[in-house]
Amino acid sequence: MNVPADLRYAKTHEWIRTEGDTITVGITDHAQAELTDIVYAEPPKVGTEVKAGATAAVVESVKAASDIYSPLSGTVTEVNAELAANPALLNTDPFGQGWIYKMKASNAAEVEALLTPEAYITQIS
Amino acid sequence: MSDPSTLKHSPLEAAHVACGARMVEFGGWFMPVQYSGIMDEHHAVRSASGMFDISHMGEVTVSGSGALAWLESLLTNRVGKLAVTRGQYTLMLNEKGGVLDDLIIYRSGETEYFLVINAACREIDLEWMRSHLPKDGSVLLTDLGNDYAAIALQGPDSEKILRQLFPECDVPKRNGIASLAKDGKGVPSLVARTGYTGEDGFELFVPVAEGGPLWNMLVSAGVKPCGLGARDTLRLEMGYPLNGSDLSRERTPLEAGLGKFVSLDDPEKGDFSGREALEAQRSAGLPSLLTPLKLTVQGPPLGSHYAVLSEGKTVGETCSGALSPSLGEGVAMAYLPPALSAPGTQLEIEVRGRRYAATVSALPFYKKPAL
Repeated sequence: MNVPADLRYAKTHEWIRTEGDTITVGITDHAQAELTDIVYAEPPKVGTEVKAGATAAVVESVKAASDIYSPLSGTVTEVNAELAANPALLNTDPFGQGWIYKMKASNAAEVEALLTPEAYITQIS
Repeated sequence: MSDPSTLKHSPLEAAHVACGARMVEFGGWFMPVQYSGIMDEHHAVRSASGMFDISHMGEVTVSGSGALAWLESLLTNRVGKLAVTRGQYTLMLNEKGGVLDDLIIYRSGETEYFLVINAACREIDLEWMRSHLPKDGSVLLTDLGNDYAAIALQGPDSEKILRQLFPECDVPKRNGIASLAKDGKGVPSLVARTGYTGEDGFELFVPVAEGGPLWNMLVSAGVKPCGLGARDTLRLEMGYPLNGSDLSRERTPLEAGLGKFVSLDDPEKGDFSGREALEAQRSAGLPSLLTPLKLTVQGPPLGSHYAVLSEGKTVGETCSGALSPSLGEGVAMAYLPPALSAPGTQLEIEVRGRRYAATVSALPFYKKPAL
């Protein structure tokens, strides 16, 4: 399983990438492998206030829907429009083109509650 | 999830794990839901071949001088139509006309019948059948559910593969049953030409100890292992009902659109459990009809228990649903008022608070492209 070293992880299998004050959110390689064949993604709307640990998006495989929880609290600033036409990006490139949304965090301290790559590897192995 | 200690295990479980199966609980059984992925498995069955463990289904034989008359009183389709080696789809109803189970019955001998019943209903069916047996001993009911392992080989390449692996087998025609191989120890090995996918295919019934070796032999012949996930999308594309989702004790086969498997107007059928209720329902008019629906817009995959709306009002809910892998469209089944079940009727399906346009479709959802 691919677990990039420069990201932080939620126990619920989302990742965040921090670039300046912009946080990008997606699901992990482990999560996409568990879900298999993702055929639909419903990202949040731009401007939505998301809360750490609360549902922010939904992805679905052929038979099962899965909630995606926001790793941090804040405001959604951009969503990945490509996913509507090509939800399989979540399977093929979960840490790259399969990102789900970008946000501005309202409480930077919440990052400390997220897992390091090492801790996430321990959780999924 | 039921108590793990009471979960039943397929005799093929070790073979599934070796094939990389993801296992889940289904109908009280620990069964494979998928191996390589639902899409991949689904397409394999539509284009080449795939196989499913159906060992969780029950096998029952009924024999004796009173067998035919008793089966006629128990099942909706006229059993007397069957020539030896032929089979038919039929239903078993309670007195109210509600569906206890849907099953396939084969006439395996002059006065012997082989029934294949659903996994979740095995105990209930047997209890129901035993409680209705005549007291004079003219009917012998034998539960062989724990003696058989069963594998469904499905897809356009099925016949070629069956002939290659069993050159001695007298391959049956559609809905027929035959001997699969020379009998060894235990129950006789059987092959029936039927399935739940809309493709040509066979259901193979062998003694439990031979199940694992048969599975591995099929793997070596290039048959793709498929799980319950693909089994569900394949059957739904054809509009085949799933007991527990599309069929229940609260609905009759007339409401489920299965009237052609109910011999109400056959003068030779006689009385059967549920007949009076069905006749009453037919003259009063059906309260609902199982209706195929298709999303007409891009939307999330459909599932069960989504509200169906007409002009903003809830008129029913989906009982089965999926993204059809062959069509790339959302499809579902729902019991709706008959006035709303005509093909082309415009409806909406609500998923997580959002409504998506849908239309009443015709069955099957998927039609095989002409060659």
